[in-house]
Amino acid sequence: MRRKQTTIRWIVIAVIMAFFLIPLLSMLYFSLRFPLSGKWTGQAWSNVIHIGSIAAADPADYGQLWTGLKNSAVLVVLTVVIMVVLLVPTMTWVRLRVKWLSRTVEFICLLPLTIPAIVLVVGLGPVYRIVSNVLSTNTIWLCFVYVVLVLPFAYRALDAGLAAIDLTTLSEAARSLGARWFRIMWQIVLPNIRSAVVSACFISVALVLGEFTIAQLLARDNLQTGIFLVSQSDGQLAVTMSLAALILAFVLLMVLSLFSGDGRRTKGASA
Amino acid sequence: MSTARMDTAGVGTVAGVAPVHGVLVELNDLRRSFGTVRALDGMDLTINPGELVVLLGPSGCGKTTALRVLAGLEDADSGRITVDGRDISSVPTSKRDMGMVFQAYSLFPHMTALQNVEFGLTLRGKGSAERRRIAGNYLELVGLSEQAGRYARQLSGGQQQRVALARALAIEPKVLLLDEPLSALDAKVRVQLRDEIRRIQLELGITTLFVTHDQEEALAVADRVGVMWEGRIQQIASPAELYTAPVNKFVAEFVGLSNPLPGTASEGAATVLGQRVPLLPGSPPSGSVTVLVRPEAVTLVPGPDSAAGSDVRPGSVTGTIVGTSFLGSTGRAQVRLADGTLIIAQIASADVAVLRVGETVDVRLEQVPALAVASMASRGSL
Ligand SMILES: Nc1ncnc2c1ncn2[C@@H]1O[C@H](COP(=O)(O)OP(=O)(O)OP(=O)(O)O)[C@@H](O)[C@H]1O
Ligand SMILES: [Mg+2]
Repeated sequence: MRRKQTTIRWIVIAVIMAFFLIPLLSMLYFSLRFPLSGKWTGQAWSNVIHIGSIAAADPADYGQLWTGLKNSAVLVVLTVVIMVVLLVPTMTWVRLRVKWLSRTVEFICLLPLTIPAIVLVVGLGPVYRIVSNVLSTNTIWLCFVYVVLVLPFAYRALDAGLAAIDLTTLSEAARSLGARWFRIMWQIVLPNIRSAVVSACFISVALVLGEFTIAQLLARDNLQTGIFLVSQSDGQLAVTMSLAALILAFVLLMVLSLFSGDGRRTKGASA
Repeated sequence: MSTARMDTAGVGTVAGVAPVHGVLVELNDLRRSFGTVRALDGMDLTINPGELVVLLGPSGCGKTTALRVLAGLEDADSGRITVDGRDISSVPTSKRDMGMVFQAYSLFPHMTALQNVEFGLTLRGKGSAERRRIAGNYLELVGLSEQAGRYARQLSGGQQQRVALARALAIEPKVLLLDEPLSALDAKVRVQLRDEIRRIQLELGITTLFVTHDQEEALAVADRVGVMWEGRIQQIASPAELYTAPVNKFVAEFVGLSNPLPGTASEGAATVLGQRVPLLPGSPPSGSVTVLVRPEAVTLVPGPDSAAGSDVRPGSVTGTIVGTSFLGSTGRAQVRLADGTLIIAQIASADVAVLRVGETVDVRLEQVPALAVASMASRGSL
């Protein structure tokens, strides 16, 4: 009986893994062969690594991909920082002080989930016309929309983290010991919801690196629009770049979960 | 008790943990409502320097609210709070210098016991070596030096509350506030830790407010117990006085057991069950009353139809034993009178085996002063 269950479990896992891995392996395969001759080559990967100099040499074909890549890197950082700075204190505050607002905040945070990106863009058009005038047309200002886009996912992750600790008692204990709000946030709340913050960050990174629709429709250059452009002239590089972005996100996840990975538990076990 | 307080070099004293200067805390006419609920309704309380006052009362009577208002965690709608004569109403919690131990486990989960105790010291600008030394001393005071490197989840409930106590004391607060610190612990640890809290409190001489709904706990640790009900202190007195001389029905019934028996008052005494019982001050001088008789003021004598049935006093009442229970050092018997009234009597534990259910006994009331309340408007008399 047990044996049978185990077998079924492995079959399910295998099917799911195949579902994920076959496209990835196909991408890898495609990235490693000359499109016409079919000979093995690492050229495309070397191009991805040296994309900067390639773009400098041939700005017409690769310039936008390089710009898009840089923009996306900045966007990732900006989005994550704004998200954390905006959401963590707000959610903590709502839980501690204005409980009656929590439904409203939740509703607002989950709202973007229900609006298709294409609809969002229609509304964003005029907003970004203003942003362009007040700030600039620089792609990095997409960070504002991206914060909105990641809101539902980040909210869920952080909410679970905050629900897992006795926020009220911990903060009151800290206050009675003489701590004020900034220190409570930084030294008491954040360390205890670290893994929730890390997962919120990761979701944000993945979402920003994969975003295409809004950037394209608002005529901004990010990684995905760059890949799209290049794919029309150099399919192999486009696929390789996509795969590289995926691997980067995956590595990031590993590194983050290693760091967050409850250092407490590891330290605690040795004590 | 006062001698123990002076003798700060008693057993268990830890070098480096100095007695503090106790402060005078006064709460004046505090009021606080939550919607239509009046959590505090004109509460007055004075805690003398170095005194341990327990707030005792049923759930929802406003104990926690009072403590939180004192700590600054809750704002009062009106009223005054002074510490050593200084009004602290506008001082934020972080500056009030009040050590607090909560009912819920409150250790910071990402810090070791030692780091928890050090937290408040860091905020007071102590260097790391000094911090470590002071925190170590307080952990030793609560008997947890060995566990300094452990995280909260590696400590038992009782140990966590000890660390919380050390953490609260390490900042050398003016006042120590304890909100049902023992209620999550099991009975044995509870007794042990409450005695320890009392020992430490006496040793340090720190002004302390302790909130509980457990009367045994209250009577055991307090210098004075304030019995709270409906947002106000009904009576504040030493445990003995509270028990022997309650000022109203609520206090009499909440602290210890009592039998409400009908009687007639006159000239400072009442006739109950055909016997005269002296009345406490505060009882109605005359008329129809309900007398609250403690179980230990009731004596049962085997009745006329039993072997030793020669000693029947005129005017006494007979009843039938309906149940007995063995409580260790004492016992308890329930007696039903002819008119259906149920009386609880305290008996010697040896008698639990002797008195049989169904046996007829003579019910006698000792000459211990009891509180009486007017029988018609008993609630209004508070
Ligand atoms: N934050 C709040 N919001 C609404 N009502 C409250 C709040 N805090 C307390 N109350 C109400 O005020 C009254 C007194 O509450 P409090 O917590 O002081 O009681 P307590 O004596 O500590 O009771 P317990 O023994 O159950 O802890 C209760 O009726 C409670 O429901
Ligand atoms: Mg309470």
